[in-house]
Amino acid sequence: MKDSSLLVENTLPNATEIKKLEKKDRVIYIYIGKPTQEYAKVFGTEPKIQLNDKFANVDEVGSYILAERAKKPPELQNVLTTALKVDKNANMGLIADIKQELRKVNALKVNYTTYDGDAFNNLK
Amino acid sequence: MPRRKGAPEVNAGSMADIAFLLLIFFLVTTTIETDAGLDRMLPPMEPPDEDVIIKQKNIFTVNINKNGQLLVEDDLMNLKDLRTAAISFLENGADGSCSYCKGKKDPASSDNPTKAIISLKNDRETKYSIYITVQNELVGAYNELRNREAQRLYNRDFTEMESEYLNPETPSNVRDELKDKVKNIQDMFPQKLSEAETSTN
Repeated sequence: MKDSSLLVENTLPNATEIKKLEKKDRVIYIYIGKPTQEYAKVFGTEPKIQLNDKFANVDEVGSYILAERAKKPPELQNVLTTALKVDKNANMGLIADIKQELRKVNALKVNYTTYDGDAFNNLK
Repeated sequence: MPRRKGAPEVNAGSMADIAFLLLIFFLVTTTIETDAGLDRMLPPMEPPDEDVIIKQKNIFTVNINKNGQLLVEDDLMNLKDLRTAAISFLENGADGSCSYCKGKKDPASSDNPTKAIISLKNDRETKYSIYITVQNELVGAYNELRNREAQRLYNRDFTEMESEYLNPETPSNVRDELKDKVKNIQDMFPQKLSEAETSTN
């Protein structure tokens, strides 16, 4: 079921060499993209981070990961994956900042969530 | 008042409508999550204790600028050629220790697959979609080589073996058997993809 509604545009890019995320209980999601039309007036059109159901700044990512990690059973805490659902029009600057935050809290396993499709369609 | 015979009948005429409405409701509210993507590991925060000296020829540099153009080993390259270039770098095998490599053994390129490192750099203004395409091509290069070796040794694709191994529904005896094979192929072409911090200018 849907557990959080999207506040950001989230058209994922395509890729072919993808792996399935098999175990849903081991995944923490981070959404990145431009705020959708109804939020664009308040939050602008620059890509933003969405954690759970609200917008967040880059420096909140670390504490979010730690909080989510603490919610999981102890045996899973070391095998968590962070799924980055990034809109294909986002810039790498924001992603680089997030990657930096993830490294700080030792959440090193990431999955760039994509659709299954020809990667060269991304260039259009 | 006459006694009623048997249990009273429930009017179930609208049952089908109710079931139909429920079906529509759940169809509309359920989103099918996309749950596949490119798996990557970030480098740990602490730098390694000792500085490892890596020969320049063992590093394959890929630079993406803010316009989405590729600079591979200091030459401009089309994205479509990246996969082939990465493959020929990875299996170059200049020192001859790699028996399964089919590369050109060019002394100016990588020694063997275990030493070959791909270094990916990008600008802060690079589009995410371009970055994913490049990542996809590089992972694709590894997968192509791994598939080739898996076909030779076990007559099946590595990607297929790996996804069966990672699938929790696979019986454990099958998984144990696959584990060694997957590990073996991974060791033949270890994925060494380094992502330095994004350049600021």
